[in-house]
Amino acid sequence: MTEAVAGARAQRLDTARQRQARIVGAVLIGLALFTVLVFGIDTAGDATFRLSRPRDPLALPDLVVPAGPFIHIAAALLAFLGARQFVRGGLRWTAISLGAGLALLVMAFLVWATAGKAFSLTGMLQATMVRAVPIALGGLAGVLCERVAVVNIAIEGMLLAGAFTGALVGSLLGGWGGLVSAVVVGGAFGFMLAALVVTYRMDQIIAGVVINMFVLGLTSYVSSQVFAEVRALNNAPVFRAWKIPLLGDIPVIGPMLFDQNLFVYGALIMVATATYYLFYTRHGLRARAVGEHPRAADTLGIDVYRTRYIHVTLGGMVAGFGGAWFTLGSVGRFDENMTGGRGFIGLAAMIFGRWHPVGALMAALVFGFADSLQQKLALLNTPIPSEFLAMSPYIATIIVVAGLIGRARAPAADGKPYVKE
Amino acid sequence: MTDRKQITEEMRALMARATRGRGEFEDLVIVPLFATVAALILGALTMLATNVDPATIGRSYIALLQGSVGSVNALSETLTAAAPLVLAGLGLALGFRAGLFNIGAEGQVLMGGLAAVIVGFSFPGLPAVLLLPMCLVAGALAGAAYASIAGYLRAATGAHEVITTIMLNLSSYRILDYMLRQPWVQREGRADPVSKSVPDAAELPRLLDWLDPNLRVHAGIFLVLAAVAFVWWLLFRTRIGFEFRASGENPDAARYAGMRAKLIIVVAMATAGAFAGLAGANQVLGVLGRATPGFSAGIGFDAIAVALLGRSHPVGVLLAGLLFGALEAGGRQMQVDAGVSIDLIGIIQALIIVFIAAPLLVRAIFPWGFRKDRRAKP
Repeated sequence: MTEAVAGARAQRLDTARQRQARIVGAVLIGLALFTVLVFGIDTAGDATFRLSRPRDPLALPDLVVPAGPFIHIAAALLAFLGARQFVRGGLRWTAISLGAGLALLVMAFLVWATAGKAFSLTGMLQATMVRAVPIALGGLAGVLCERVAVVNIAIEGMLLAGAFTGALVGSLLGGWGGLVSAVVVGGAFGFMLAALVVTYRMDQIIAGVVINMFVLGLTSYVSSQVFAEVRALNNAPVFRAWKIPLLGDIPVIGPMLFDQNLFVYGALIMVATATYYLFYTRHGLRARAVGEHPRAADTLGIDVYRTRYIHVTLGGMVAGFGGAWFTLGSVGRFDENMTGGRGFIGLAAMIFGRWHPVGALMAALVFGFADSLQQKLALLNTPIPSEFLAMSPYIATIIVVAGLIGRARAPAADGKPYVKE
Repeated sequence: MTDRKQITEEMRALMARATRGRGEFEDLVIVPLFATVAALILGALTMLATNVDPATIGRSYIALLQGSVGSVNALSETLTAAAPLVLAGLGLALGFRAGLFNIGAEGQVLMGGLAAVIVGFSFPGLPAVLLLPMCLVAGALAGAAYASIAGYLRAATGAHEVITTIMLNLSSYRILDYMLRQPWVQREGRADPVSKSVPDAAELPRLLDWLDPNLRVHAGIFLVLAAVAFVWWLLFRTRIGFEFRASGENPDAARYAGMRAKLIIVVAMATAGAFAGLAGANQVLGVLGRATPGFSAGIGFDAIAVALLGRSHPVGVLLAGLLFGALEAGGRQMQVDAGVSIDLIGIIQALIIVFIAAPLLVRAIFPWGFRKDRRAKP
């Protein structure tokens, strides 16, 4: 009896997956048609991608791609992937096909936009990395909180608090002082969130929304009340790029990874550390246990409340560091609401990256790529309205989340308060 | 130990009440009152910390009071600011009741407003009896359609509505920018993205312009009252409302009872979007008369706070919206009279919500006014 039920259930799951595979297949075939009809018609000439900057010691020759053939090949590959999905309903392949399909689409688009012109690929990749930093750090903060089952909507507010503190203290004490206090203030807001949701058991989403409102109100108020009059308080030094010798000279990868400022290195190191910590150490395992089944963790002697306090505070510190990027890492001055929703995109990156630090970083790179692409493409004069280009990463996120994340799972106890017995 | 247990029990009872949206006099009157006072005191401390002298602080709070309820004009401004907040907040409250966290009100407001403007200027010859309802319905439908994208995706694929609505919000700004540059939408002779104005017949009539042409309060407030009554009826007197609440409280139980979870998600999202769209339509037809980039000015986000503050109860949302509207209108007066930035209002609003959502905190600060036996022992 139970076997029959399990069998029926497995079958139902299978058909659901097959349906998903077919939907993905249809989407891919649609994208193939789109590629041929929009990019393929009257595209001639070569697309030139510059891989090196003029003063690089190791210069690579330009990458020259014949536009017309490349686009048709990409469309054919897309159609093949789609047809394969449709016919075979390849279970495991759904995610890979969708990822490869979207990558092909982006490549075809780039070649089409660059046909007959030249375009610096290296510069764009470098900008991608820079723009991904706050999103990746926001996502990482989210991972740290949600792995111990605290939903952190307040990432946006913590980023903003970090940016503000960075500018204010940075102007008074210099860059390092600003950075440290941004981290401390971010941590303080993390601690506040933990206190509200763990000790006072306030609704986690309400607490997050409140922190966002509070930080936005406070920083905007001080900015218009004080900074507008005393400009010296809002003029922080900026961390310049440090080129790592040798590694920084590698073509393409060098400028992207090894010729950046402190924040890029910091983000990469933090993502690596967090991954190691969460998945390869005893304390990380305990933290994840608190997120999955707090009662069981408590029974085994893990202090659930303390674990949540520590990780949410750590998440706040990471977000504070990410916030400092906006001021100390780029322009040196604070503007009202300058994070502009990056914290929410970080939240999306976390879900997109399946609650894993590396996943969040990858998702952040996708957003950063789209962001810098949109900027550079303004130079190339494409006929597509820039609004649609700006929208494309959001739509891609929706497609990917709908296509893949149905199966990714949040920590089991996510968002639920724990009451000790 | 017993003390602690007692406190825990008490906290549980409090939280349960907070989510019910019903409660006694203490919770409904005293806590909000003290929360507002505490928030205003902390706001004054913030001003002191930023070098505002005490005389100016006094002046700014007097201006806040005068600007919100001190005159007919102030009341008119308060109601005008409150109307879209209540409408969008009602939609969000419906979603919260059904267990859906819809961050996308901002996008739905924009889409609703845009649709209302387009319908308005496309049929300039129609009489107001016909055109105004058409515009409002168009706004509601556009909001509902935009929200149901997220609802459908949640139901069909399990994509989390928080992430899809965030993405839809971000997209909506771009869609609006694009539409405002289309020749059939953009106002003639303008280079910047501004839509054509809606004809007089599509505008929500001003109620008090016979008294003073500057009074902006418009017929939208009747729409708001009707919406409050409708949501109350829908939530507490209809089967679908019961299904909303049941699936929000306990999705598994709702499913085992035979409720169609997926349908409920889509319907709840669409209804929430319809109210947000109506809020957008109310804003363009009653106040702005046209659409500009980002004309929603954060209504969709403030409405989240309003819905939370109102504990997802229609009457609570109405009161919370009025409070926020009053702060908004008074804040503008405060900026003019005392030169204190209106951003202070954001701080005060956040603090009010903290104190209301964590009643224990208010009880700890203000021990008076609560019955002794209800207070947590130190």
